[in-house]
Amino acid sequence: MSRIGQVFAEKRSRGEKALIAYTMGGDPNLTLSLEIIKTLAASGADLIEVGLPFSDPLADGPVIQRAGQRALAAGSGPEEVLALIAAARQELSLPLVIMSYLNPILQIGIDEFLRRAAVAGADGLIIPDLPAEEGEEIRAAAAGYGLDLIPLVAPTTGQKRLERIVGHASGFIYCVSVTGVTGARDSLPAEVKSLLQKVKKLTELPVCLGFGIGKPEQIAYIKDYCDGVIVGSALVEIIEDYTKGEIKKDKMLELIAKKVQTLKSVL
Amino acid sequence: MSLKNYKLPDARGYFGPYGGQFVPETLMAALDELIEAYEEVKKDRSFQAELTFYLQHYAGRPTPLYFAESLSRYVGGAKIYLKREDLAHTGAHKINNTIGQVLLARRMGKKKVVAETGAGQHGVATATAAAKFGLECTIFMGAEDVRRQELNVYRMRLLGAQVESVTSGSRTLKDAMNEAIRYWVTHVRDTYYVLGSVGGPHPYPTIVRDFQKVIGEETKAQVLAQEGRLPDLIVACVGGGSNAIGMFYPFLEEEVRLVGVEAAGLGLESGRHAATLSRGKVGVLHGAKSYVLQDDRGQIVEAHSISAGLDYPGVGPEHAYLKDIGRVEYTAVTDEEALEAFKLLAKTEGILPALESAHAVAKGVELARELESEKIVVINLSGRGDKDVYTVARELGVTLGE
Repeated sequence: MSRIGQVFAEKRSRGEKALIAYTMGGDPNLTLSLEIIKTLAASGADLIEVGLPFSDPLADGPVIQRAGQRALAAGSGPEEVLALIAAARQELSLPLVIMSYLNPILQIGIDEFLRRAAVAGADGLIIPDLPAEEGEEIRAAAAGYGLDLIPLVAPTTGQKRLERIVGHASGFIYCVSVTGVTGARDSLPAEVKSLLQKVKKLTELPVCLGFGIGKPEQIAYIKDYCDGVIVGSALVEIIEDYTKGEIKKDKMLELIAKKVQTLKSVL
Repeated sequence: MSLKNYKLPDARGYFGPYGGQFVPETLMAALDELIEAYEEVKKDRSFQAELTFYLQHYAGRPTPLYFAESLSRYVGGAKIYLKREDLAHTGAHKINNTIGQVLLARRMGKKKVVAETGAGQHGVATATAAAKFGLECTIFMGAEDVRRQELNVYRMRLLGAQVESVTSGSRTLKDAMNEAIRYWVTHVRDTYYVLGSVGGPHPYPTIVRDFQKVIGEETKAQVLAQEGRLPDLIVACVGGGSNAIGMFYPFLEEEVRLVGVEAAGLGLESGRHAATLSRGKVGVLHGAKSYVLQDDRGQIVEAHSISAGLDYPGVGPEHAYLKDIGRVEYTAVTDEEALEAFKLLAKTEGILPALESAHAVAKGVELARELESEKIVVINLSGRGDKDVYTVARELGVTLGE
């Protein structure tokens, strides 16, 4: 069984839900980024998504956009994120997933990128601008390297599409909670529950919810309807505070750990 | 040289290897809805009649195909004709597409439209159509362009549009497009996205081409009426590529040489240009696979052109295909050459071309000079230059009153 499958199986057997933490690879710089990844793991994240910075992140709100800009300014890019994954894999056994827009992957070459991602120790990929229609080649190639291409489904995804997407999926299903871009929000729309129920009915794969989640109340609201939640902007905001000089490095790592522990305690 | 039975894109929105739908899943349902709605109106005579009515009586079509006698004499080569899109309502070809798409949005029951704009021409044309047909309108424009094109910003506001200044990234068209797409993702249920160029996810490159092909269709009929034959050469400028596709498409199966002119900015070797087809690499930007200006890490790089409308690091997928198969030649003209052409057309014909169109004029004149006097050259004058007067004055070292 893949690392991703194993984590969710263990969670299930204990009646727990997974906490998936997102961080931009190379934000605020490559050295600290590795420390942040280790902190996320040590404080209880069950899976870590590492963002690969891109100049034009269509699906991201301002917080992750700025994280990408910081990472690029710090010299991060495809090579650096692969190296970061490899370094993290030296010390961590939890699943690591790369979140990247398609273009930087195309420039390295699909097969070459996937091969190197697998060698580095990644377990899967999330490509937010690659809908199912365009993803067949990458999905097949990824499977060849033992990588899961994790699909996104949205509140606007109709039943037929949903069946098709879920039917081809591996790893887990990433449910987008809102029609919108990434970024922490105060509450979740009520329709989230019905979306999660619809998806759960179609698959045995773990179903996780992301976009807009950063508060314990939100997690309490939906945790019975999914297998895990994805938290990004709420963590990235802490890094941003550090880059603005509002907090010191140790405080940043402490706040990140606290945030993960707080959210985890609800799961 | 001419193509036979040209029927692209295919069912998945591909022109050869280019095109497709590289967007967040949230938008896929909206694109499906759009494909279906567009297929319907294409066959719907009442829609087509309505479109034709507004193009004629509201936008001022057909625009003239005008024999530029003085310019031709000055150049001393082929006969140069200008397709006068500058005379269309709002001063550019953009209105052809926005009337079409806003009518389509209305058919689809959408109450709001959103659009991106570079120079502001597409923004003005969208705001105009939205005002005319009673839809709420939001326009995203890069902060840098808001500064460069103040007049168009105020025009859009007068037309009732909400203009959002985009401060992310390079603060130009590419970032305005990112932000417009993000806005669309967020308001997808009641909002129609009026894309202004032949880029973006399928079916936009097809829809925009179809609404712009009126340029080439008219040109064909007009040149046949005036000269009794098709032209030897047609030249159009290419940013995203909508006026060029609109002009070229009806000629793809004819024996006519087609030349697309990109912005070479400060020169192709300077790295400060917008010549995506000449210098870009294949990639994915704003929902389509095509040529893209990018670095070796797959990051999109900033384009540069004196003309805000060409200042874009991507290009429509159909152009990418037409380049690869060699049906259209793509070349580039510098800021300086475009400025010279701007001045030349003003002095010889009394026409201030848009700086975008001045790129086509520059190349058209250069090519016409090498041809015999019985040859016919058509230059697509995609827009008028009033909006660029401040830019031109600045470039020429003249200070105008604020």
